[in-house]
Amino acid sequence: MTDTAHAGHLETATGLDNRKLAIWTFIGSECLFFATLISNYLVHKETWLTGPGPFPHDAWTSPAGKVFEPIIEIPLVTLGTALLLFSSLFVVLALANAQRGNRKGLLLWLGLTLLCGVFFVGMQVYEFTHFVHKGLTLKTNLFGGSFFVLTGFHGTHVTIGVIWLFTLWIEAFRGKIPPAKSLNLEIAALYWHFVDVVWVVIFPVVYLIK
Amino acid sequence: MATTALDQQRAHAAAGHEPTGLWSWITTVDHKRIGILYGATAFTFFLMGGIEALLLRIQLGTPNNTFLSPETYNELFTMHGTTMIFLAIMPLSAAFFNFIIPLQIGARDVAFPRLNAFSYWVFLLGGLFLNASWLFGAAPDTGWFGYANLTSKQYSPGLHVDFWMLGLQTLGVASLAAAVNFFTTVLNMRAPGMKLMRMPIFTWMSFITQVLLLLAFPVITVALILLMFDRFFGTNFYVPTAGGDPLLWQHLFWIFGHPEVYILILPAFGIVSEILPVFARKPLFGYAAMVFSGIFIAFLGFGVWAHHMFATGMGPIADTYFSLATMLIAIPTGVKIFNWLGTVWGGSIQYKTPVYFALGFVAMFIIGGLSGVMHGSPPADLQQTDTYFVVAHFHYVMFGGSIFGLTAGAYYWWPKMFGRVLDEGLGKLHFWLMLIGFNLTFFPMHILGLNGMPRRVYTYPEGLGFEELNLLETVAAFVLAASFAVFLYNIIKTWRGPRNAPADPWNAATLEWAIPSPPQEWNFAEIPVVHGRDPLWEAKRERGGPLPEPPRVSGAGIHMPNPSYWPLVTALGLSAMMSGLMLIHHLGPWGIIAGGAILLFGVFNWAFEPAG
Repeated sequence: MTDTAHAGHLETATGLDNRKLAIWTFIGSECLFFATLISNYLVHKETWLTGPGPFPHDAWTSPAGKVFEPIIEIPLVTLGTALLLFSSLFVVLALANAQRGNRKGLLLWLGLTLLCGVFFVGMQVYEFTHFVHKGLTLKTNLFGGSFFVLTGFHGTHVTIGVIWLFTLWIEAFRGKIPPAKSLNLEIAALYWHFVDVVWVVIFPVVYLIK
Repeated sequence: MATTALDQQRAHAAAGHEPTGLWSWITTVDHKRIGILYGATAFTFFLMGGIEALLLRIQLGTPNNTFLSPETYNELFTMHGTTMIFLAIMPLSAAFFNFIIPLQIGARDVAFPRLNAFSYWVFLLGGLFLNASWLFGAAPDTGWFGYANLTSKQYSPGLHVDFWMLGLQTLGVASLAAAVNFFTTVLNMRAPGMKLMRMPIFTWMSFITQVLLLLAFPVITVALILLMFDRFFGTNFYVPTAGGDPLLWQHLFWIFGHPEVYILILPAFGIVSEILPVFARKPLFGYAAMVFSGIFIAFLGFGVWAHHMFATGMGPIADTYFSLATMLIAIPTGVKIFNWLGTVWGGSIQYKTPVYFALGFVAMFIIGGLSGVMHGSPPADLQQTDTYFVVAHFHYVMFGGSIFGLTAGAYYWWPKMFGRVLDEGLGKLHFWLMLIGFNLTFFPMHILGLNGMPRRVYTYPEGLGFEELNLLETVAAFVLAASFAVFLYNIIKTWRGPRNAPADPWNAATLEWAIPSPPQEWNFAEIPVVHGRDPLWEAKRERGGPLPEPPRVSGAGIHMPNPSYWPLVTALGLSAMMSGLMLIHHLGPWGIIAGGAILLFGVFNWAFEPAG
C-alpha cells in the first residue's frame, strides 16, 4: 500500500487503516463462531436415538428394513469447492487491477469472482433441495440438523459476500472505485478469503472424512 | 423533514456550535453522548433489576411466604440475573468505555462513530425486547444460564424462552459490534507517543475486555442458534431422547460464561487502578505487572469453564485440570490486589468518595475471590453447588466487585461527564449505606448456604434455622436499595447546582483531565503528544504547579463525523428480524423478510452516506 492510497485518511497509531484492522478483528471473532459450529457437527454427526441413523457416506438400514442410501455427493461439491478457491485468486486479481486503476480488468475479475460465488450458492441450494427429497431434513436426525446448520450458516456468509461484492461491482462499473478507494474492495476481499478458508475446513470435515 | 433537521444540524456543527435537542441525541455519533445514553439506560435497567431483587427478598423474608407464586419467583430471579449481567453491569462498563477511552488515548472519537451508535441502539432495543416479555406474561423463567433441557419446547412451550434467547442474541450483536469498534479504537486512535505500555490502565483493562468479548460471544451466539433451531425448526441438539446432549449447552454456555465474568470485572479493575493512584498521590504500583496479570487472567479465563460443571460428574482427570487451572487464576488476581495495596501504601491518601468505593471494592472483591477459590475445589464445590453459598460468592464479585468499582468510576468521572462534582457528604453516606447493606444482605448467605439452603427455590419451611438470617438479609436489602436512593438524590441535587467543575478536580494524571469539563464535542482542540504514563502529572511537575484552566474554544475548522440516523434504522431492522423470528409460526417468513429488508435498507444508506 502506498501513501497515496491513504490520502485523506488520518494516520493511525499502527499504520493500518481502521477498517482493515476492524475486518481482521471481526474475522478473528468469526473463527470462534465457525469453530463452535464445526464442533457441534463433530459431536453430533454420528449420534442418534430416534429416527434414521446418519447416512452421509454409507447406507443405513432401519430395523424394519428400510434403506437410506448414502447422501453426500462428493463430485458436485468438489466442483463448487474448486470454484470457490479460484474465486479467491480472482478477487486478488480484481484488487490488483483496482490498485492499478484498470477498470476493465477490475470488472472482469470481480465479475468472475461473483460468478463463482453465485455458482457455489446455487450448488448449495440444489444440494439442500436434493437432500430434502431424499429424506434428510433438519428434523430427520442430529446429522441432518448439524449438517444443515453448519453448511447453511457458511452459505449465508457466502451470500452476504456475493451481495457485498456485487455492490462493489456496480460501483466499479460506475467508475467509483479509483485506486485511492481500492481499500473498499480489499476489505470485502479479506472477508471473501475468510469465507473460503472456512470452507477449506468444512469440506474435508463434512464431505471427505468418513 | 428529517433531512432538513439533519442538514440544519450539520450546518450548526460546521459553525462550531454543539447541537441540542432530541433529534441531536437520536442522530448522535459522539462517543460522549453515546456513553451518557449507555449509562442512563443501563442505570434504569439496574434499578429494574434491583426492584426484582427486592421482590425476591420480600418473598424470602419469612418462611412459607406466599407473596410470590413459584412461577413469578422463577421469572423474577431469571430476569434479575439476566438484567444485572447483560443490561446493567456490561452496559455500565460500556458507558465508561465510550466516554473515557477516546479521552484517555487522546482521540476525537472512536474509530467507527456510527457503528458505536448502532451498538447502543441495538442494546436498547434488545433490552426492551427482553423486558417486553413482562407485558406478555411470559418473562424468561429458566435462570440466566438457561440450562437445557429446561429450555426445550417440551418443558417450556410458551414464549418465555423465546424472549430470552432472541433478546440475548440481539444484545450479543450490540456487544460484538462495540468490541470490534473499541479494539480498533484502542489500537489505532492513540495520540502520538502513547505506546501500548503508556496507555492508562483503565484503557488497558477495557482493551482486554474487548478481546474477551470478541472471542466469547460467538460461542454463546452459536449456542443460542442451536437452541433456536431446537425450538423453532425441530432439531434435537439439546434433546436427550433424540440423542442430543443437554451438557453440550452447559459446555458452550460456560465457555462463554466464564470469560463473561471477566468481561464484567476487568473494567472495574481498570477503574479502581485508575482511582487509587490519583487519590494516594503516587503512580500505580507495578504498572507492567498490572497489565500482564490482566492479560493472564483473560487468557486463563478461557480454560476454566467446566468448574461451573463439577456437579455434572466429569471424572477425575477433567475435575483435576479444571480445579488446578481455576486456582491458578488466584495468582494474577493476587498480584493485582497486592499492587493496589502497594499503590496506597505510604501514599498521602485523599479521602474523597471515589477512593471510598475503590477501597471498598478491594476489600469486598477479596472476600468474593476467596470463596471463588473454595469453589475451585471439586469436593467443596459439590457441597456448595446450588446453595446460597454460591449466591453469596457471585454477589461479592459482581456487586462487591463490579458495582463498587463502577460506582467509584461514576463519582470519579462525574465531573468530567457533566461538569458537576457530586456532593461529598451524600457520596459518603451512599458508600456507608451500600457497604453495610451489601454485607448484611450477602454475608449471611454464606452461612445459610453451608447450612444447606438451596438457591432458586421460592420458599423454605420453618424450623430449619433459616428464619433469622433471611429476615436480616431482607431488611438489609432495603438498606442497600436506600443507598442508591441517596445516589439518585445526590445526582438530582447536584444537577440543580451550577455547572462549575474545573477541568481537573482531583489533580489526576491522565489526558481526559487536560480538557474542559464537560469536554467539547471535539475533545481535544489540538491532539496531544504523550511522553510518559502519567502525562498530566509530568506536565504539572515540569510547570512546577497546577495547569491553567483550559479555555473553551471554537470548533470551527475541526472536522467531526456527521450525525446519522441510519444506525438506528439498521438497529430497528435487526430487532424487527428478531421479532419476525419470534412470530414465525404466525407470520411465516414474512416478518423476518420485512425486518431483513429494513436492515439492508439501513446498511446500504449507511454505507453510501458521506461519513464526514
